[in-house]
Amino acid sequence: MSASYIIDDRDKKTFLLDREVLVSEEILRKEMSNIFSRCWIYVGHASELKKSGDFVSRKVAGRPVIFVRDAKDVYHCLFNTCRHRGAIVCTQREGNARRFMCIYHGWTYANDGSLARVPGDDAYAEKFDPKEFGLRRPARFEEYRGFWFMNLDKDAPALSDYLAGAKDYIDLVIDQSPSGRMEIIAGVQEYDVAANWKLMVENSVDDYHLPSTHSTWLNFMANSGVKLEPPPKDSGQVLPTKGLAVELGNGHFTTDNINFRGRPVCKWIPLYGEAAKPEMDAIRAELVQRLGPERAARVADTNRNLVIFPNLVINDGSSVTVRTFYPEGANKMHVTAWALGPVEESESARARRLDAFLTFYGPGGFATPDDVEALELVQQGLANWQDDRWSEMSRGMGKEGEQLNSDEHHLRIFWRRWNELMGARA
Amino acid sequence: MTVAAHKVVTRAQVEDFLYHEAALLDEWKLDAWETLLTDDATYYVPPNDKLDGDHRSTLFIIADDRERIRQRIIRINDPNCHAEYPKSRTRRMISNVRIVSIEGDLVTVTANFVCYRFRRNERIREYVGGYRHILKIAGDSFRIQERRVFIDAHELGSLGSVSFIL
Repeated sequence: MSASYIIDDRDKKTFLLDREVLVSEEILRKEMSNIFSRCWIYVGHASELKKSGDFVSRKVAGRPVIFVRDAKDVYHCLFNTCRHRGAIVCTQREGNARRFMCIYHGWTYANDGSLARVPGDDAYAEKFDPKEFGLRRPARFEEYRGFWFMNLDKDAPALSDYLAGAKDYIDLVIDQSPSGRMEIIAGVQEYDVAANWKLMVENSVDDYHLPSTHSTWLNFMANSGVKLEPPPKDSGQVLPTKGLAVELGNGHFTTDNINFRGRPVCKWIPLYGEAAKPEMDAIRAELVQRLGPERAARVADTNRNLVIFPNLVINDGSSVTVRTFYPEGANKMHVTAWALGPVEESESARARRLDAFLTFYGPGGFATPDDVEALELVQQGLANWQDDRWSEMSRGMGKEGEQLNSDEHHLRIFWRRWNELMGARA
Repeated sequence: MTVAAHKVVTRAQVEDFLYHEAALLDEWKLDAWETLLTDDATYYVPPNDKLDGDHRSTLFIIADDRERIRQRIIRINDPNCHAEYPKSRTRRMISNVRIVSIEGDLVTVTANFVCYRFRRNERIREYVGGYRHILKIAGDSFRIQERRVFIDAHELGSLGSVSFIL
């Protein structure tokens, strides 16, 4: 049991975070075993593999893997490492293949991971059994509604149990689709941020920072005809509409905000143009017809930034983005972000969704670059960590009852869970 | 492309224009740069993994119509655009300029570029790629009708954001 990385004093209503956790390579190594080797880590979405033989290769939790749909339409996550001498066996980023051949000595694997061919196999002793040399894979590989996760710990709880209350919020996103099927849209955004990965967790759900970090985005929204009412006096809000921070169990949490910024499904704002109105009315009518007025309003009129512990974010805001990030050292992370949309979306609605995405998100968006800047400034400032050791994160602690999106309740949920998994005292 | 068309538009004219554009961007004279655009100009940076994608069905890095370009300039000129305040220093090298086609008063040109970006306390970033502009002949010079920037890197990776006009 290590000393605690947090000071969580509920009587004094103070919460402090030891900044060492954002700079230490030693703590990062411990995260690799205690967090990334024990939690469910997002691999990919079923829609990325549209037919038998489709595959993508990527790094998940630092591991090169192949996410593949085999000849029998079974989904696999395989370590992209030849059993012979270790080389990468799938060098393509994506494609369709029956087999993966290691270019080094020609060991060849079927797309279910089994070893299909060893050149010159007569040179091996009789005992050598190719069945024992299929590509290795993570101990567990499970999905929830198309979102596939891996777990390196064979004793981990089932994904469904792990996700706990987060499932309801995934369902809300998927309810945008009349058939209940969402898909990853072509075009991926991959970029590094010179900051500790946990800062992205915080940033993804921290609505306190919007007015200061994103004033140019708010200005753009106003220029585009979106009315931005000042928050009601003494409401504690920093944004025009109310939003909550909600705990979902197992370290997951979400914001849950009344929309003011428009939503492709389905809240019209002038930015979308008058011509979009009839189609958006029809999308709304379909929601009401299928889900009833209450659930339709829940889907269409709220924004939710959801964190699935430790490193998957689904932002259902100006558009839907699926974003994951992974440390490459204590001071750097690699971010991968996709857009998600209903499979049956019309060409015009899809275009509107993608345009709405770019108003805020991504490396060329009107907000994300300033988030990146903020996180990198934090990391630069943290060079002083030994002389200014603790981050102050008590916002909202003095309040009874509901916690706002601009409080730090949800960030504390993350840090308490992280602290617990890292084997530190509570 | 006909020989006659070549006589109307020379590579030297296109080069002069592209060098002028690059200088305005590197000097952060964005309002002057904006005057180079047609009223229906567009600006695209496709994603690294789908350079030939269509912005209506593919998630781009940037897919601006004329109004969005105007808003982008307002944003970048604002000191609250934190990603570009203080401003990056950029320096672009443009070469391999080619006239690809001429149709009516529209000239499609391509060029290679390297854009170096520097900020205090930060790593040097080298954006390497190609431009494909559709230029509209306007008197002795051109206006930009479409501006498409292809980044060669397989992912943005350490290039980070595209918070300036690339």
